[in-house]
Amino acid sequence: MKSLFPDRKSQIANRKLYNLLLLLFPASAWLIVFFILPVLIVLLYSFLERGTYGGITWVFTLSNYQRLFNGVFLGVIGRSLFLAFLTTAACLLVGYPLAFFIATRPPRWRNALLLLIIIPFWTNFLVRTYAWMLLLRSEGVVNTALQSLHIISEPLNLLFTPFAVAIGLIYGYLPFMVLPLYSSIERFNFSLVEAAQDLGANDIRTFWRVFLPLTTRGIVAGSILVFVPAVGAFITPDILGGSKTIMVGNLIQNQFMKSRDWPFGSALSMLLTAIILIPVLIYFRVSDETQ
Amino acid sequence: MTKIKLDLFVRAIGKQWLWVQAALAFAFLYLPILILIIYSFNASKFNAVWRGFTLDWYGSLFSNAGATIATSSSAGILPALNNSLLIAAISTALATIFGTMLALALERFHFPGRKAVEALLFLPVIMPEITIGISLLVFFTLAFRIVENLTGIRLNLGLPTVIIGHVVFNISFVTITVRARLAELDPQLEQAAFDLGANEWRTFLRITLPLILPAIFSAALLAFTLSLDDFVVTFFTTGVGSMTLPLLVYGMIKFAVTPAINAISTLMLLASLLLVVSSLKVQKS
Repeated sequence: MKSLFPDRKSQIANRKLYNLLLLLFPASAWLIVFFILPVLIVLLYSFLERGTYGGITWVFTLSNYQRLFNGVFLGVIGRSLFLAFLTTAACLLVGYPLAFFIATRPPRWRNALLLLIIIPFWTNFLVRTYAWMLLLRSEGVVNTALQSLHIISEPLNLLFTPFAVAIGLIYGYLPFMVLPLYSSIERFNFSLVEAAQDLGANDIRTFWRVFLPLTTRGIVAGSILVFVPAVGAFITPDILGGSKTIMVGNLIQNQFMKSRDWPFGSALSMLLTAIILIPVLIYFRVSDETQ
Repeated sequence: MTKIKLDLFVRAIGKQWLWVQAALAFAFLYLPILILIIYSFNASKFNAVWRGFTLDWYGSLFSNAGATIATSSSAGILPALNNSLLIAAISTALATIFGTMLALALERFHFPGRKAVEALLFLPVIMPEITIGISLLVFFTLAFRIVENLTGIRLNLGLPTVIIGHVVFNISFVTITVRARLAELDPQLEQAAFDLGANEWRTFLRITLPLILPAIFSAALLAFTLSLDDFVVTFFTTGVGSMTLPLLVYGMIKFAVTPAINAISTLMLLASLLLVVSSLKVQKS
């Protein structure tokens, strides 16, 4: 049979290949030209020298990366990492019980509560960050409330502090934590809890030995979704942080827009990318192996 | 005996605590938004004190006074809204078409290099936004210089460069959303259409497309919202005359804190609420 219709077969194969290439081309070409290529240019720039008037000079150097280990920059990088870890931990602490609460309500309630999580998720990040200025500024809601309750006599200095940045980041990324946690808790088979308790485990033990390990996927997914944007945050420290609480994102922006030191800005940007990509790649390696 | 008692105690505390914790978390999520909305109607300029109801801040957005509030550039809210909608519409259309095509390729074909395409798709999601933004800035600056040297034509950053950047981050979201729906679809439906003599194009138009249309629609809505909200990529790829709504709000926050920001923010909140509800409606249908 096969040899009777070789032409038709190869025709179909050709058409399939043609279709595939047609489907692949626009998106792949777009991403290669406008995403991969630009990132590679930044990588190249990070090894070049800064020009006298802000441009670049085609001289290969490692000095941009050496400068990263300068105390000031190391401090900013350390702060970014610290704030991102703090944000992730806080979102997990608030988000886990919240996701558990939502996932254990009756279905009708569940959808309504989930909608309440999704609305902030879709709301403009800039607007949500700005809202905290109204709460934290010296004549803002928090200070006015505390003063009228006579808890404090002088307004507290809340805005433009690391505290304000931390609150802003936690607030901004909490929905990113709750949604994956919810989906992994919702999928959890609760008869396993009964089984563990029939075997004599108490609530605490059941939680640590059965529930937590089986919802690890949601925990990891949520933590990545929070940590990644938090470490590269730019808007939140810019609006709530003031000049003393800048993060890597602001430093990169400064190098490109103000100092006009593109090679050093490029090196910072590559460092930020490495900080994010390395843990994520390790996670995917590990989760691929366990599957 | 004491062990069982402890268990019951933990359980009782746990239940109460869970309710309290959830209530506090929802208060945390919504208090700032509520304050923002209330302030947009407050006659007082600075204080947290309520000084009476006013619509002045909304009025100022659409008047000439609003135009001058809106940062150093003379662009008012309407041109910015116009730009935002134009950018969102074009980038959504492109990303939806390209993303759906890519989803079909990944879900319906086995080919070497599929892993590489998946990685290509995954990177814009995981890359820090600021890296995407500055990479595009560096790329366009270099590309425009090369073009100028070769042809003498001077190109500048503007609406097209912003749109290009938005398509970059939107393609991935569209592909992921549409692909999930395609994976659920029974491939035998398409096989049956083939067996009945339909060609690929006809099968796609008559069988596949109607079945994945809700997913395409909700992907498009997501892309549209992401584009409307984007600040970071827009900030680095924008030029003179391509002010968008988030850029306008940012300028107002940084350079002229006035209650008009509360009004414009409230309007943006309303718009996103509308988009969420319509997206959920689409997903249910």
